[in-house]
Amino acid sequence: MIPLRRLEAGAVPLDESDVDTDQLAPGRLLLGPMSATVLLHDRRFDAAGAPRADFVLNDPVYAGAGILVARRNFGIGSSREYAARALPAAGFRCVIAASFGDIFYGNCLQVGVLPIALDDAAIDALQRRLHERPGLRVTVDLPAQTVRAEGWEARCFTINAMRKTCLLEGLDETALTERYRDAIGAFEAAYYGASPWLA
Amino acid sequence: MPPQTLVEKIWNRHAVVTLDGGDVLLYVDRCLMHEGFWWNAVDALRERGLTVHRPENIIACADHFVPTAGRALGHAGIDDPRRRELILRLENEGRDLGVQVIGMMDPRQGILHVVAPEQGITLPGMVIVGSDSHTSTHGALGTIAFGIGTTEVTHVMATQTLWQTAPKTMRITVAGRLAPGATAKDLILTIVGKLGVGGGAGMFVEYAGPAIAALSIEERLTVCNMSIEFGARAGLVAPDATTFAYLEGRPHAPHGADWDAALAQWRLLRTDAGARFDREVAIAGETVVPMATWGTTLDQVIPIDAPIPDPAAEPDATRRDALERALAYMDLRPGQRLRDVRIDRVFIGSCTNGRLEDLRAAAAVVRGRTAVVPAFVSPGSSDVKRAAEAEGLDRIFIAAGFGWHDSGCSMCAAANGDTLAPNQRSAATSNRNFPGRQGPGSRTHILSPASAAASAIAGRITGAGALGAHA
Repeated sequence: MIPLRRLEAGAVPLDESDVDTDQLAPGRLLLGPMSATVLLHDRRFDAAGAPRADFVLNDPVYAGAGILVARRNFGIGSSREYAARALPAAGFRCVIAASFGDIFYGNCLQVGVLPIALDDAAIDALQRRLHERPGLRVTVDLPAQTVRAEGWEARCFTINAMRKTCLLEGLDETALTERYRDAIGAFEAAYYGASPWLA
Repeated sequence: MPPQTLVEKIWNRHAVVTLDGGDVLLYVDRCLMHEGFWWNAVDALRERGLTVHRPENIIACADHFVPTAGRALGHAGIDDPRRRELILRLENEGRDLGVQVIGMMDPRQGILHVVAPEQGITLPGMVIVGSDSHTSTHGALGTIAFGIGTTEVTHVMATQTLWQTAPKTMRITVAGRLAPGATAKDLILTIVGKLGVGGGAGMFVEYAGPAIAALSIEERLTVCNMSIEFGARAGLVAPDATTFAYLEGRPHAPHGADWDAALAQWRLLRTDAGARFDREVAIAGETVVPMATWGTTLDQVIPIDAPIPDPAAEPDATRRDALERALAYMDLRPGQRLRDVRIDRVFIGSCTNGRLEDLRAAAAVVRGRTAVVPAFVSPGSSDVKRAAEAEGLDRIFIAAGFGWHDSGCSMCAAANGDTLAPNQRSAATSNRNFPGRQGPGSRTHILSPASAAASAIAGRITGAGALGAHA
């Protein structure tokens, strides 16, 4: 995982709720390799593969943006990790929303994307600010757990401490778990001793 | 010891290590995988130089990409070379790694979430994870079961554990009995409608009460399957006599002295009186009637004969915007009735509603009638298919003009090529109505097997009751 500490980048207002994993990474694209065009593919491109001019991600003012701002229930649906991996592949290391699909939220943290949940009022204000000032840059400070933008009241966000450490240091959980190999072995001996039919 | 919930009992039994911050290294009994993400996980495993810790505890089953017609042709019958390659990777690499493989031509083949309970792989008190969000299905047998992404699957393959935080719990108590004509599908759609797609975010949900206790295991599987659709991480039902009767004698269930010992442990898997949940929800069973989704999220759901909601009546601006988007995508108007909406296709199957009882319910509606739109049935497993054929259900469907297909995820995930054309509208017994779920531009209405069958006969979204008595 590529570490993430501080991010200052243009933010795209994807001003809607319920952006599900099937939209984030359509099922048929899961057959192939990850690429910059997987993210929201059928929203961004028409059947012939041409960009849809009326979709916010295709607006040139957001070229090079690194933060996506949505509303409620971002990433609901499937466990497909491509829905999370499509974000950094398209240049986004952070999503700010009012709430997230549970599995998607976990997947983001596994693939080096920071999901930030803020309350509805904060999201509403940020959406309005981004509409007023298209291309506005947003700054995320992971060690301090703050997010701010010019003309918008800065907010704090919460994140599990272990996941935060993994993101900050680019750590993989498997390395952490290696420290507990003996504990797993002892657990298994007792567990399968008590319930041998589970082995 | 203070009173504990069922979730806490299973959880505590599986906690290998608990850190100061509350993070728990949770032991995993079984990891379920399908060919859709098998290759991602194995590639990641190789890249990181990891080995599989307990291969026999990993179950790999071909369901997402398998064709549901022409199965007799074997792998040669798969049109798309990439899908064929990924199915073969699961089968060949699975065998090389020593995991339990249920390949495309295996007589047990079917949808993972139908096959594992049916084979007795899913047992009460287990922690089960899977590379699929509908892994929540397995909670019907009294397990903690949930879906994870491929990076976490890789962690489980390498260590048989997963990092989690302490569970938040919810209990949904369903009193009384469901209204006549209402099914387990209508119950879970009612729950999703009531709580909203984010209403149970990250929670472990226990379904309880007389209406739940009265459900068969197949019905409980339907309810638990869609727990994820209101945001829950997992849903489960305490194991009881119905559970034990279902499991006894299944191929992977314990036998002999092991069965007796297992039963003694399983009988303790109940929420203690006085145990506290983070949230309690009460539903009156009598209020559950046949339901259908009209929109593009599962909480955009109404009684099948009710008018489609008017966004103008929605005070919350974000929700209003979502309703307007859904109406536009689905090409519907406020106040319109679903019975006035023509459909193009009917799909009966999936891990939600592809079991024998589902097919019986659909067959009872179509018997002696004729579908007026293209419709097909994909049984949830090859076992279900054979059992249905032994009862003559296939002949009922075929006589009514339905296609009788082989088993797989088929038009639910639409990952095997079974798709709708743009702007086509389906009535489906599956679990998601997201934009483009059944193919780019597809429009999906989710309902029960009986309602899907009735809709095929009527060519419109309708409940079985509206068809009147059989001629």
